[in-house]
Amino acid sequence: MENLLVAENIYKQFGNFTALNNVSIAIPRGSIFGLLGPNGAGKTTLLRIINQITMPDKGQVYLDGKPLQPNDIAHIGYLPEERGLYKSMKVGEQALYLARLKGLSKAEAKERLEYWFKKLQIEGWWDKKIQELSKGMAQKIQFIITVLHRPKLLIFDEPFSGFDPVNAGLIKNEILQLKEEGATILFSTHRMESVEELCDYMALIHLSNKLLDGKVSEIKREYKSNTYEVGLETENDTALLAELKEKFVVGNTNFKSINDDLKLTIQLKEGETPNQLLNYLLAKAKINHFVEVIPSVNDIFIKTVTQHA
Amino acid sequence: MRNLKLIIQREYLARVRNKTFIIMTFLSPLILVGMFALIAYLSMLNSSEQRIIGLYDETEMFASEFKDQEQVQYLDLSGKSFKEAKQMVNEQDYYGLIYIPKNINRDLQGVQFFGKESPGLGTIQAIEKTIADRLTREELIERGIDVNQLNEAKTEVRIEIQNFSGERTSKMSNYIKMFFGGAAGYLLMMFIIIYGNMVMRSVIEEKTNRIIEIIVSSVKPIQLMMGKVLGTSLAGITQFTIWVLLAGVLAMTSFYVLGIDIFTVQKSQLETVEQIAQPEIAQLVMDVLNLPILKLIIFFLIYFIGGYFLYSSIYAAIGAAVDSETDTQQFMFPVILPLMLGIYVGFFSVIENPHGTVSTIFSMVPLTSPIVMLMRIPFGVPWWELAISVALLIITNFIVIWIAAKIYRVGILMYGKKASYKELFKWLKY
Repeated sequence: MENLLVAENIYKQFGNFTALNNVSIAIPRGSIFGLLGPNGAGKTTLLRIINQITMPDKGQVYLDGKPLQPNDIAHIGYLPEERGLYKSMKVGEQALYLARLKGLSKAEAKERLEYWFKKLQIEGWWDKKIQELSKGMAQKIQFIITVLHRPKLLIFDEPFSGFDPVNAGLIKNEILQLKEEGATILFSTHRMESVEELCDYMALIHLSNKLLDGKVSEIKREYKSNTYEVGLETENDTALLAELKEKFVVGNTNFKSINDDLKLTIQLKEGETPNQLLNYLLAKAKINHFVEVIPSVNDIFIKTVTQHA
Repeated sequence: MRNLKLIIQREYLARVRNKTFIIMTFLSPLILVGMFALIAYLSMLNSSEQRIIGLYDETEMFASEFKDQEQVQYLDLSGKSFKEAKQMVNEQDYYGLIYIPKNINRDLQGVQFFGKESPGLGTIQAIEKTIADRLTREELIERGIDVNQLNEAKTEVRIEIQNFSGERTSKMSNYIKMFFGGAAGYLLMMFIIIYGNMVMRSVIEEKTNRIIEIIVSSVKPIQLMMGKVLGTSLAGITQFTIWVLLAGVLAMTSFYVLGIDIFTVQKSQLETVEQIAQPEIAQLVMDVLNLPILKLIIFFLIYFIGGYFLYSSIYAAIGAAVDSETDTQQFMFPVILPLMLGIYVGFFSVIENPHGTVSTIFSMVPLTSPIVMLMRIPFGVPWWELAISVALLIITNFIVIWIAAKIYRVGILMYGKKASYKELFKWLKY
């Protein structure tokens, strides 16, 4: 079975508002899957449906090829966007409680908690109350609770929102390590750089519809526009610019450089190759910089979303 | 089931370990006892005050009638002029001055009371009665009626009430029934309000803490809701048990101090009852023993559970629908209203006529039936009425819990949205 989780034709309506309109995603085993979308796109609703918190009106979710069962919650770890803990309960006690709700035995839960407390260097917190801890500290506990029962599928809703940079880095490393240990990870975010960094696959949801999904590298390839960024050193910038503008679609750009270059983006027509462009430029100027413009996830996101606005 | 147990356990411990809970459990009996003591002390203080009332009697008939009592002393000022008497009362800070004019007639017209402040009702009635009694006697003598004969002819009637199955009751026993029924109904209402609020607050707490979504990714919302309701009710039962035990200890101590041997009383209740000389007290003890105690206990439990579940699931739904306790106001009124209605119907209508139309209807309507029926049961309610009432209560419980669970399920995941009734209605269809 290649995909760990498949959501098929999910449809969900709240009153007159359609939250999800025929959305399907497939998450390959062992991958990190990024669910993107502006606020209110329906990401959280989809995650809640996968967690069986909300039931879809239509559609079916499969885990390991089988329709999702109530006791599959033991195989899923969920860190919601709106997350918190009991303020007046002791850290250890509520971690035990939440772990046992996931099906762990008391002894098992205790042993694993001790391991994680040690790993994140928070051994002394067991008897503290949450109200004595800072927000960042509480987030560590929430993370531990999410992964404690060693789920096959980990779901993080906006995992980095609210984390300070140190904790965010820590969590990022833990996520990568969990992936190495074989977990499949689904997370939703509107922070594009984390998708760029972490995700193998992504899907974009906008206004309740899925606009885009697939391997991140493939999507990028699809979205690239045969554009190159060049830095040229010439005697006469204006003459060259005029000449280039006749032949290509030329735009201005900026990049870091120690030379006093003419910085341009040059979009080639279909069928033209970068070698042809290089050949052409070789005769005209000294080429200090030549790089293919690969669209960032951010660019893709903005482009797709504005197209469908 | 395993999760439900875990939730009940957590909710119970969270309630019981709460400092306010612990303090209230041990403090409120003390506060209650203290309040009674204070009230008793104050009323003692009030009545131990000595009052002097001046009497200015132009007829000179009544001076011997106004006899000094423990708290009131009468002072005959008829010898002085009226002006002097008035002045004296004022200067000496007496309670007041009674003025009886010469030509007093049967309707007491012309009698006046002068005082710095208006006198208590009791004082006035006592004065009126004293004067009226004397005048009545005069009148009787004038008409040639022998007062002694008249007194002898007076009889005292005590109607004995008996139902068809032969149980005897008396007016006294009606009071006892009222007391037991009223206490049960009132207790139930207090329990619902106190612990229903606890359920609601705990739901709001989970929402504001944002832990709710973490929990519902592990358990079904209905499980969480029921666990909360059950755990909180167990905490409530714990509190009541402690109170009963404390009351028992207090009672035992006071019996011991007062020298009443409770164990011999229990051993041979009936014997003791017969031994008690005064028939009224014997009757009272008999009346208490004659109450359908077992029936009362069984139905107290049934209505207690039914009523508590009904209301606390509504409380849970309200908690889920709001973001903070201040937003609950608009939803609280419809919850408190039937409870209050139940209590008022109970205390007015049931006591007046335990089997009248109003009482019967309200003891059937599920939102008020737990309270009103509990008040009616000591007066004897036919089995079929009980059956209908309980059946309606159970059916309503299912419906209300179903609706509450739906609202709860949607509400706990709604943040920052102020819910209206319209909104809640829409949630039912989500």
